[in-house]
This record gives sequence, C-alpha cells and structure tokens, in this order.
Amino acid sequence: MLQRAGKKIDSKEAVLKIKDASYPAPFASELEYNSPVHGNWNIVHSGMQVPESIQIYVCADNCMRGVVLTAAEMNAADRFSFVILEEQDLLNSNLEDITVEGVTDVLNKRGDHPKAVLLFTVCLHHFVGSNLDYIYSELEHRFPDICFIRCYMDPIMQKHGLTPDQKLRKAVYDPLPDGEPDEKTVSVLGSDFALNESSDIKRLLKRYGYTVRELPTCDTWQDLLDMSKGKVFLDIYPAGKYGMETQARRLNREHLYLPGSFNYEEIEQQLKQLTDALGLPELTEAELTREKESCESALAAAKDLIGDMPVALDYLYHPRPLGLAKLLLTHGFNVKAVYLDGISPEEKDAFDWLQECAPELELIATIQVKMRMLPRGGEKEVLAIGQKAAYFSRSRHFVNLVQGEGLYGFDGIRRTAELMMEAYREEKDTEQLVVQKGWGCECCL
Amino acid sequence: MRQSYRIIPIYTADVSGVCSALYELGGMTVMHDPSGCNSTYNTHDEIRWYDQDSLIFISGLTEIDAILGNDRKFIDDIEHAARELHPKFIALAGSPIPFMNGTDFPAIARVIEVETGIPAFPVPTNGMHDYVYGAGIALEEIAKRFVEVPDSKKDGSSRSVNLLGVTPLDFGPQENVELLKANLEQYGWKVVSTWAMGDELETLQRSAEADVNLVVSAVGLRAAKVLREKFGMPYVVGTPNQWMVEEISNALDKAGVRQPEQPTVYLQNRMQQDADITLIGEPVTMGSLAAGIEKKYGCAVRVLCPLKECEALLGGKDKVLLGEEAMEEALKDAKIIVADPLYRPICPKNSSFYELPHVAFSGRIYIR
Repeated sequence: MLQRAGKKIDSKEAVLKIKDASYPAPFASELEYNSPVHGNWNIVHSGMQVPESIQIYVCADNCMRGVVLTAAEMNAADRFSFVILEEQDLLNSNLEDITVEGVTDVLNKRGDHPKAVLLFTVCLHHFVGSNLDYIYSELEHRFPDICFIRCYMDPIMQKHGLTPDQKLRKAVYDPLPDGEPDEKTVSVLGSDFALNESSDIKRLLKRYGYTVRELPTCDTWQDLLDMSKGKVFLDIYPAGKYGMETQARRLNREHLYLPGSFNYEEIEQQLKQLTDALGLPELTEAELTREKESCESALAAAKDLIGDMPVALDYLYHPRPLGLAKLLLTHGFNVKAVYLDGISPEEKDAFDWLQECAPELELIATIQVKMRMLPRGGEKEVLAIGQKAAYFSRSRHFVNLVQGEGLYGFDGIRRTAELMMEAYREEKDTEQLVVQKGWGCECCL
Repeated sequence: MRQSYRIIPIYTADVSGVCSALYELGGMTVMHDPSGCNSTYNTHDEIRWYDQDSLIFISGLTEIDAILGNDRKFIDDIEHAARELHPKFIALAGSPIPFMNGTDFPAIARVIEVETGIPAFPVPTNGMHDYVYGAGIALEEIAKRFVEVPDSKKDGSSRSVNLLGVTPLDFGPQENVELLKANLEQYGWKVVSTWAMGDELETLQRSAEADVNLVVSAVGLRAAKVLREKFGMPYVVGTPNQWMVEEISNALDKAGVRQPEQPTVYLQNRMQQDADITLIGEPVTMGSLAAGIEKKYGCAVRVLCPLKECEALLGGKDKVLLGEEAMEEALKDAKIIVADPLYRPICPKNSSFYELPHVAFSGRIYIR
C-alpha cells in the first residue's frame, strides 16, 4: 500500500513539454532522488564479466555496503572482498599502506589465486592524493602472477569527467596484450551484453567468416586476452566509447564507434563504415531495402496490435530514447512521454525534430526530487518501454530490458517492435522485476 | 587484519541509519554525498522504499564544489526542495568527503533553518560508522528538539510506554513491530509511541506523556538518555519477545517508580556456564533472544556483537567482535550458531547453523 507524504505539489520542474525544454540539460541539477528501479548495471556487475577474476574494494562502510551486497545478490560473494577505511586511516595514517596491506591480507586469506584482481580505489584516495602507482607497483611486486586492474569508484568526479563506469569499461581491457591482429577477427568492446546473433553486425560478420570476440561471451581469462586479436575494435554502447578508443590507440587497431540507433540512414551509414573498414562489399540496395521493409512490417504489426494505447519510454531501455520516440511517432504510435535526465549530444538531431514535430511530447525527469511525490500513473494503462517508464507510469505492460541489451541496427528495431507486442499481450509483475539489480544478471531475490 | 574482509558483507552504515530512523517522520533527510550513499540506502537498507514515500535525497556533491567549499549550492538546493515539498524538518547527514574537507554542517543547518523557517539539524555522520550510531544520533536529535513537555504527566493510562530504537534494519517489516506491541499490550501496557516505525512526528512529540521508555535495540539508547535528562523519564532495555515480555513488563513497572541501576533486563539472571549456543547480531535483540532461550530451553547462550560502542549492552559471556577475522576466530569452537545466513561462510563446517536474517546485514535478500 503506497503511503504518500507531505502536501500536494505541482509537476513543474520535473515534467516539461519538449517544446519548452532546453538542450542538453532540460532539468536543473539539484538534490537527487533515486527511484526503486535498479535494473541498470553498476561497476560490480560489469566487473564480474572478467573471467577468473575477483574484485577488491577499498573504501568506507557506507560506500562498501552497496557494492558488497550487489555481489551477494548476484550470488557472487565469493568473488568479492574488501578493505574498510576508517577515520584513523584518514587522520593518522596514509591510504597507501592500508590499501597495500589490506589487499595483501585479503589475498592471503582467500587462498585462491585469481588471474586478475579488479582493485577499486575511491574518492578518498583521490582527495588525499594517494600514490596509486606505488600501490599497484607494490602489489604487483608482492603478487607477480596476478594482474591488478586499476578500477575506480569515484563518483565525485563523474559530473565533470569520466564516470566510474566509463573508466571500468576501459580498465577491463588494459590486460589485452600487444600482438598481431587476426585478419578474420573483430572485437566488440565496452558492452555488458553480447550482440544478438540476429543483429546486423553479427549476421554480416558471420556471412564473411569472421570471429566476433566480446567480453560477455568470454569464459576464461585467455578468452579475454584473445580479444586483442581483433583486426578492428568496435563499440556500440556510449559508455564504452572512451575505453574502446583508448585500447585501439594503444594496440594500434582500427576502430569504429557504431552506437545503436533507431534511424535507418544512420544504421546504413554504420554498416557501410564497417564493410569499408574490413574491406568487404557494401550491402546492396536490395539488401538494405529488404531490411527496411522488414522493419516497417514489424512496426506496422506492432501498431496494429497496440493501436492508440499511450506509450512511455525511458533512457534505461536504450541510450537513444529520443531517437526511439521519433521512430515510434513517425510510425503512428501514441508516444506521450520520455523519461530522461539529460540529452546526449548523439540525440541532438532527434531532439530538434521532436521539438518541431511533436512539441507536446513530455520529457519527465527521473531523479528530480518531485518525482518522489508526484502521483505515478494516470487513468489509462500505458505501454512502457523500459523499467523507469514502467515504474513511473505504473504500467504492468512493459518492455523489460536495459541499456539496449544486445539489440543492434535494423534487427534492433524489429526486436523492439516485437518486444512491444509481447509487452502489450503479457502483464508483468513490475515491482518484482524492476527492483532487481543488474537486469540479466543472476539474482537471488 | 581487522579491516579486511574475505567473504562476509558489512553492516548498514551510519548514513543509512539516519535515513532509516527518520523515514516516517515527515522530514527531509539530505545525504551530502556524490552518489553512492543514496542507492546503497534505498536498495539495500530500506525495505519501505517502493511502497512508502519519504523525502530522502542526495546532494550530488561534485569534486569542484567539495574542493572550493561551495556550500551555497548545497544550501540553495535544499531550500528550493524544502519550499516545494514542505518537510516538517530537515536533517543533514554527511559522508566521507564532507568529513574530510570539514564541512560545517551545524552552520549550514542554522542558515537553512533561519532562511526557511523549517527546523534543521545536522546528524554528524561520515559513512564510517555503523547504523547503530547513525540511527541512534538521529533519534537523539528528535528527542532533543521535538519532544514536548506534556500538559499533564499522564494521558489517562496508568501504564504507558514508548518503544525506542525501532527501525526495519533490526526489526524488518511493520508486522514484526506490531507483534512487539501486542506482546506488551497483553501485559496491560499502552504503547504511546514507537521510535520510529508506524508513528508520525506528532506522536513522538507526545512521548513524554508515557510513564517509561523501553529501549528495544541499541539504536534507542541515546534517545532514552536524552528523555531521561529532559523529562526524568526512566528507561529499561530489552526486546519484548514472547519469552522475555513478562520480565520486561515487571521491569517497566519497577522503573515507573525509580530508574533501575541495571536497566538491561536481559542481562539479569543469565546462566553462567559456557555457552552451548552462539547468537550473532545487535546486542539488545540478540541479548533478549539469548535470555529467552536460556529461560525456555535451559541452554546457555552467548552473544557475539559485531557493532561498535555496544559493550555496555552485553553480558559477561558476550563479546564485541569487530571485523570478519575476529568473528571467524571466535566461531571456531561454536557448535550451534544462530545468525544471518551471510555469516555461514565463516562458520565451522561441523557447526549447526540456524538462519536468522537481519536487514542491517543481508539487506533485502531474505525479506519475503
């Protein structure tokens, strides 16, 4: 039973018509609310993708609590250890010693011998100017056969620089060795999810006999190291771009950033970039036409089924929520609202288009404080695309998927249409599903 | 090494403790932190988050504001939110970085209170203590600032009591709290207020109308001492589980006349021999359970307490043990262990383990 607090409030500042919204920050940066939707992956989930590794965090109690229970909830407590920082360490000691001795103690107590340790230092290390080079070199000296991967849980820097998530998506590939690439291998870096087998990229590469290497499909440490064999490095997920490009430069690999899109022209262009980079024939006009016709057919089928049911979508479903809104609006869907807190530069064109062609579309914040108090849901049932949209619109008909999963290209559009139909037909237990951390990970709840 | 942990998690920390204690009182609690404290709290430490509103937010502290000491943004953001949301009070909780850079929370609270007219107070946390401290000082502040002098000492009932130290971190869902209250009511006690589940701030403000306070977890001890100092209210310590409620009721009756020298009911008449059973957890709830087991089954029980500043709430056989290493060592000879399931990996394989989930340890994992 929902119990509400306080007086009635208006929605101004948390809900805007897109015609009134500013780019790229439609909502003011103030106090933040965190909804009970937890399907997004955090650094623990992403880090667990590194095979034969463990994670060690060095931080204070409150920061530790969130990450250690993330590991416990995903039944991976045995791959997670930590060192607690206390007041005395800040006031009377130095963080280098406690970090080195703590990690050493943890590794000695564990008794196992992981191939790699993802060692997370935190804001406190940064603020006291800890010598991270010393910390890592000393640990590498003490444990020469363990690869220590430099990871960070320092969200205090995330509004003005790289997020911990972006840094992690670079760090996990730091162990990739230099070497000759394999002409018939492409490596996809930066994603939490493997590309679907039916995705445009996988189908194209399979047709020409390429091996596709991705972290989520690596079973062993050696599999991860073998990702360096890619002749071309790809990234399809925005948060992975920095890491992929950094590694490609380090290893002298050609690289492409091909972010998942809902725009036919952009998808065509990306596929051409890929075929050009690999020296392959471009997709023919006939092939592209077939792909688009297939998308149109899927979208039409979805529209026939869903009709004028209001649609709400969010940034958690896919990093391009405005692009998806545009696609759906141009195919007759009754898109009412997009839940987001900022607008990616990659979405500027879609934003401009929506301002002009769908000025009444609502942009709704997810972290603005009023979202705690505003009524969730309206009179009509909404078809929601994404967990946040489902929670805030109180929908039980929603597409339950995060971060674009393995969707890509024309296939991603078709799959989205199919998932919308599935959501329309089947009711879901929203509360049960959206509170689980790390959609797609093992979860003990 | 005390600070290194191989496999078990850590208890809920002070910042979450503050939020948990103040959750239902209609105030606004702001954690001054970049990000993590917020999601940690509402994911793992707050089982009411989905179904029950509360104004608990994070400041989103940035590196630049921390380094430049830009407290004005913090103040402005809080005041803006407060004018929109009309909280009954504003509580400010600090995290590690504000602790490091010496953020002046008392001054900030004073500025906010003057500029908004809403009572504002700091709760001096830094993310480096456990929830007993955080929730304890939060309730202590409520006792200091909000409890009113009663019009008349009595509300008409001759035997009335406040329950102090009730949060989901130790007691889980509300129905468990109702059981405690029902146990006391069976012995004729009227529960005036419960700090702080199921009651609003206005109810807590009338707490001084009760005859006596019952500290049901370590979280409530600080508030009990304040209420004793302010209003001369006596207190007793113990959790009124089904086996101990009679002793506690008797102790409350006696306390109504005079503050007992030994207020900790569950430490009286304990068995002296070596313990057959080991309980791990918060000292008052586990101590009361230990006393109940001894009374009911005649088996000696000890409590191992992994929380700080709880020595005064433990008996002769009991111990405060901080850190995984000390706990694992102490458990080596344990035959029967009752504890949160996440302790199992450090328990001897040949011991008998009985699961007793504790939200402050395993979070929401075992909440069904």
